[in-house]
Amino acid sequence: MKSCEYQQIDPRTLSASNPSAQSCAGGQSSAKRSRRKWEVFPGKNRFYCDGRIILARQSGVLPLTLGLIVVTCGLFFAFDCPFLVEHLTVFIPVIGGVLFVFVVVSLLQTSLTDPGILPRATPDEAADVERQIDTTGTSSYRPPPRTREIVIREQVVKLKYCFTCKMFRPPRTSHCSLCDNCVERFDHHCPWVGNCVGRRNYRFFYSFIISLSFLISFIFGCVITHLTLRSQSGKGLVQSIQESPGRYPFSALDPPRRTVVELVICFFSIWSVMGLSGFHTYLVASNLTTNEDIKGAWSSKRGAADSVNPYSHNGVFTNCCVTLCGPMPPSLIDRRGSVPPDDPSAAAAGAPELELPPFMAKSDTRMSPKELLERVVRSSELCLLGRPTVPKTAALQQEDPAPRDPRCSSCSSSSSSSSSSSPSSPGCWEGRPPCPPPPTAAPCHPYGRGTRRGSLDSVNPAFRLALPSPALSHAPLVVVVGGAAGSAPVPPH
Amino acid sequence: MATEFHNLQELRHSASLVNKVFVQRDYSEGTTCKFQTKFPSELESRVERTLFEETVKTLNNFYAEAEKIGAHSYLEACVACSTAYLIFLCMETRYEKVLKKIAKYIQEQNEKVYAPRGLLITDPIDRGMRVIEISIYEDRGSSGSSSASSSTSGSTAR
Repeated sequence: MKSCEYQQIDPRTLSASNPSAQSCAGGQSSAKRSRRKWEVFPGKNRFYCDGRIILARQSGVLPLTLGLIVVTCGLFFAFDCPFLVEHLTVFIPVIGGVLFVFVVVSLLQTSLTDPGILPRATPDEAADVERQIDTTGTSSYRPPPRTREIVIREQVVKLKYCFTCKMFRPPRTSHCSLCDNCVERFDHHCPWVGNCVGRRNYRFFYSFIISLSFLISFIFGCVITHLTLRSQSGKGLVQSIQESPGRYPFSALDPPRRTVVELVICFFSIWSVMGLSGFHTYLVASNLTTNEDIKGAWSSKRGAADSVNPYSHNGVFTNCCVTLCGPMPPSLIDRRGSVPPDDPSAAAAGAPELELPPFMAKSDTRMSPKELLERVVRSSELCLLGRPTVPKTAALQQEDPAPRDPRCSSCSSSSSSSSSSSPSSPGCWEGRPPCPPPPTAAPCHPYGRGTRRGSLDSVNPAFRLALPSPALSHAPLVVVVGGAAGSAPVPPH
Repeated sequence: MATEFHNLQELRHSASLVNKVFVQRDYSEGTTCKFQTKFPSELESRVERTLFEETVKTLNNFYAEAEKIGAHSYLEACVACSTAYLIFLCMETRYEKVLKKIAKYIQEQNEKVYAPRGLLITDPIDRGMRVIEISIYEDRGSSGSSSASSSTSGSTAR
C-alpha cells in the first residue's frame, strides 16, 4: 500500500478548522456574521425563530383552518358547555378541551415541521451523477427524462432524475413544485396545513385529521344534545332553535335562525374530514402515499400483472405500526447549522480545488491537479468574458427572497421584486455592507437546466461539512469577479 | 496510528483534493438506509477492500439499528403521541442518538484508517443520507509520480 506517499490528514482539525480559519483571515472575516443554513436555503420555505420553525412559502389556508377551529371551539365552550355542564356532566368541556389542544398541537406540528426535505446535491455529487448518466444525443434544450431502474423486493422501480435538485430521487420521493423541494415519502402538499406532508410529519398530519374528526363529531353531538335537551324542556324544537344563541362559525351577531345553517355546515365538515381520515387510514394500512394512490403506482390496473406494493409489510397492523410508530427520522437540511465560511486566505494559496461544473463532468476527473487547475481557471475566464451567469447570479441573489430575515423590515414587503442596486439578501442583515464574493463563488457553474436556481445550487450550503470545501483556486477569481459585479457583488452563501 | 497531523492550512498547501468518490444507496430492501458495499474502482490503489467493506457494513448496521422497528420505537411513538408529540422538543430521539454514534465511528475510522491513506469519509447525514462521500487527497510534494500512477491505475481499472 502506498500510504507513505500520501500526506496524512488530521480529521480533527477539519471540524475545528472553521473557526481557526476564520480567525486567521483577520478583520475581514470577523466582520462577517456566520450565517445559518436556513438563511441560504434554496427552496421556497420560510423560517422563523432562527431556523427552528419551517413553513412553506405559500401558507395556503392555514390561517383559515386555525381560525375555524379556534372560533368553533370558542363558541362551543362559550355557549354549549355551560348548558351541558349544568344538565349533563362536567367532563364535556374537559374532553372538548383535550381534543382541542390535541388538534391544535397536531396542526402546528404538521405545519411547522420539516416534512422530510432532501437537501440538493452538492456540485461534486451532481457532477458524479452526470458522469454516470449515458446521454445519447446532444440536444441543447432539456434532455429526455433520465431514469434509473432498481429492484426493490423483486419489483422494478424507476428512479427519476430531479433537474432542480440534481439527483436521482430516492424511491417514494417526489418534488413539490410549490415548495421547490424534493420530499421523502411525499404524500401531498396540503393547503389546509400550509406545508407538504411527507415522511417526517405524516404521523402529525394523521393524528391531526383523526383528532379533528373526533372533535367535530364531539361538538356536533354536543350541539344536537343541547338542542334536544332544550326542546325537551317543553318548548319544542323550533322554539328552542329560535331561543338558543347562535353559535359557530359566524355567530358574533347571534341571530338564532342561523343555528340551523351552522349545524348544516358542521354536518358537511364532519363528512369531509371523516372521509379524509378514512382515506388516510386506508393508506396507512396499505403503506401507500396519496401520490402513489393517485398515480396508481402499484395498481393491478396498470397492466403489470404482478405489480404489488414492495413497501407493504403484508399486514395491516404491521403497516400501521411502521408508518405511525416508526422511529422519527432526523431533519436532513440542518437549518440551524452554520454555513461553512469561505476562507480567503486559503484561496490565496492557489491550490486547485475540485468543483466541477456539469459541463466538465463528462471528462475524466482523474486528471492531475495541474490540469484541474487549468480547467478551473479556463472556466473562470469564460465566466468573466460576459457569460450571463455572472450578473445573473447577482440578479438572482437579489430576486431570491427565500432566506429572509424576519427582523428586517425591508425584506418583509414584496417577496419577488428585485432590488435595484444592492442585493436584498445582504441588505437584510441590518444594513451591513454586502460581503465580498466568496472564493467558491457560484457564477461559473452554468447549471443551465432551465432552473433559475442553478447557479445558487452550485455551492450548496445546505449541508454540514465535516470537511469544509477547500476554497483554494479562486483567488484571482475573487478579485476579478468582485470588479465585474461592480456595485452588486455576489454575497457569500 | 498516524503520527503526523497538520492543520487545515498546511493541508491545503501540502495535499490537494483530487477526486471524490460517491458510494450510493442500496434500495434493494426498500427505503431503509443502506449503502452499497461495492468497492469503488478509484479506491483500489488506496485502501484495502476488506477495510472499506467493513466500514460500510458497520455503517449499514448502525442505520439498521436506528431504523429498527421494535418495542423501543413503539414505546417512543406512544409516549410521543400521548404528549401530542411535544416530547420531541425536549427529548433526543433514538435515531439522533445513533447518528451521534455514527459520527463518532466515522471520525474514528478517518483517524485510524482513511486519513493515513489520504482519504476522508464524509458523514452521510451531511449529504442528505444519499451518499457516502469519500474524498481522495494527494500529496502535492509527490504529485508528479503519484498523480501519474493514480491516473494510470484508474485508467487500467476502467
